[in-house]
Amino acid sequence: MSLERPIAGSRAAAADLPADRPADRPLLEAHDLVVDYPIRRGLVGAMRREPQQHVRAVDGVSLTVAKGEMLALVGESGCGKTTTARAVLRMLEPAAGTLRFGGEDITHLPAKALRQLRRRMQLIYQDPYESLDPRFRVHATMEEPLAIHGVGDRAERRQRTRDALERAGLAPPDLYLDRYPHELSGGQRQRVAIAAGLVLEPELLVADEPASMLDVSVRAGVLALLTRLRQEADLGILMITHDFSTAAHFADRIAVMYLGRIVEEGPARTVVNAPAHPYTRALLSAVPPRNPRERRIPEILKGEPPDPTAIPRGCRFHPRCPLVQEQCPTIDPALRPVPSSGPDAGRHRAACVLV
Amino acid sequence: MSLLEVRDLHVWFELGHGRELHAVQGVDLTLDQGERVGLVGESGCGKTTTILAVMGLLPPNASVAGEVLFDGENILRRGEETVAAYRWKDLAMVFQGAMNALNPVKTVGWQLREPMQLHGVASGARADARARELLGLVGLPASAADRYPHEFSGGMRQRATIAMALACDPKVLLADEPTTALDVMVQAQILQLLVELTERLGLTLLLVTHDLPVVAQLCQRAAVMYAGTLAEAGPIDQLYHQPRHPYTRLLFAATPDIYGEDDVQWIRGAPPRLDRPIPGCPFQPRCDRAFAPCPTERPPLRVVGPAHRAACHLNDLDSEVQPSAGAGSRA
Repeated sequence: MSLERPIAGSRAAAADLPADRPADRPLLEAHDLVVDYPIRRGLVGAMRREPQQHVRAVDGVSLTVAKGEMLALVGESGCGKTTTARAVLRMLEPAAGTLRFGGEDITHLPAKALRQLRRRMQLIYQDPYESLDPRFRVHATMEEPLAIHGVGDRAERRQRTRDALERAGLAPPDLYLDRYPHELSGGQRQRVAIAAGLVLEPELLVADEPASMLDVSVRAGVLALLTRLRQEADLGILMITHDFSTAAHFADRIAVMYLGRIVEEGPARTVVNAPAHPYTRALLSAVPPRNPRERRIPEILKGEPPDPTAIPRGCRFHPRCPLVQEQCPTIDPALRPVPSSGPDAGRHRAACVLV
Repeated sequence: MSLLEVRDLHVWFELGHGRELHAVQGVDLTLDQGERVGLVGESGCGKTTTILAVMGLLPPNASVAGEVLFDGENILRRGEETVAAYRWKDLAMVFQGAMNALNPVKTVGWQLREPMQLHGVASGARADARARELLGLVGLPASAADRYPHEFSGGMRQRATIAMALACDPKVLLADEPTTALDVMVQAQILQLLVELTERLGLTLLLVTHDLPVVAQLCQRAAVMYAGTLAEAGPIDQLYHQPRHPYTRLLFAATPDIYGEDDVQWIRGAPPRLDRPIPGCPFQPRCDRAFAPCPTERPPLRVVGPAHRAACHLNDLDSEVQPSAGAGSRA
């Protein structure tokens, strides 16, 4: 078995070029996305009409996913990666920014049009034990969205279900149609969840930690399935993960998030082998090597994990940064191209004054 | 003599309707004083059940056979009656999921003093002083004693649970997935703490985890469990570079290394059910090297090298040399 890992894929490269015609545009484009969560005031606060406070979970995130491309959004818990994914799917209302899907502005799409859009983008949840209803057989779980969207008749729905199971690596499909989730292994469950996401033939999959609840021995199988889907069906995939190793092996591009911002992004291998942001470097140094003879001294960051209710001024990473400069508490750096002359020129960007 | 020795441990769970789950099917482990040993395997392989049996903390529907020797004494000899004297004072456990192991309505200091009072280690002002000292030992400020668990971050909570396990000055620490729910930066800190503690206090550590890189970095030796049995046990360097069981090799190959160039592998199928007898090698249906004897004969755990044991029929064939996981072998 071999997984192709395009390092400088032509499709991915095209995503960064300016595009005029909709056909040339990336599948998904988020521009300066902002998402706020209200903080609960409590009864006294509400009665006193205290102003509503917000936590800014996502603070100006721009990203693109091209057809057939996998972008991994990597970061620690609380960095805003799952919120970004939910905003991209319009499950959350962004406070600012624009979202385009297939070139069309979907930022403020009304509910009815949104339902049509939902067919084209699907979410794969982390935990297949929770995302599959234990009372439903596999075929019922999978045929329900088809019925909701009024796709075909019974026979066609069953056929689509069979096809999707097969594409998800569950063959022959008849072996799985009548099973309940508890009769499946963890890996099979996640494959059913992915198959259920495929029946509507979406163009974009958003996969939130798709393998992290699975046993190590079957994880790569599920991730390789995602790779196959984007290669064969030209699916765009936005994968949310905390696991840098998984992102390095399966994604085309990696975007590293810290406190609601993307602090570095670029081709997966470039970000891993030549990280430009001190945060990315620290995170990578903390990943333990698999080989017992290899030793890596983790660069332990000082201070507590980031708290989105108290975002530092200037560069939001500066209180923990090992390379903090005099200007960092005042300058909030934007993503800038990392100087490079190779094939990655212009595609690797980082938000740090040292770049 | 080893400090802790597990001999032919079996655990059965009564499932009702006359059904029984044979969760641990004859496990042997030894831990020498000051050693860090990993117990590795996937969910359901019996690794947590093994250490719960050692601690005498299994639920009432479990029955246990075999011996657990601490300093040469069989601590399970008369069940709860004998093991209770060792629990927390000689053998302590760090539970998975730091939040669940802490009582949300008691201060951290209270939770550190309780086991000391219960086991007659210290009480009153002495217990309080020791609680604050323990917090310092795990890298928390003494003032943390007056705070509640919800005021802590995940990493601080895990430090507090480690401090609790150390309250009665145990010799052996059994840690069940101590870093699994933590972010990578916090994980690195907790692993560093575990190394420091074993070295400073001469603690012996049994680390239970599914995470091979954590074991590779922390432990000198490891035992790989599959379907309630030991597939292989030996120096971690040997397990990685010269595995003598296909499961060990495939498990390493299924673990992505961040700078690794080799494709990440997966193992087809799923582990066998443990509520019915397994005739041959339990890994045989998923094995890429299975041959004639594997479906019918269960391979015994045999010595294959210095301090290195494996349960695989391939080791009976002289000409067979198993490829190394580190070389990026293909299934």
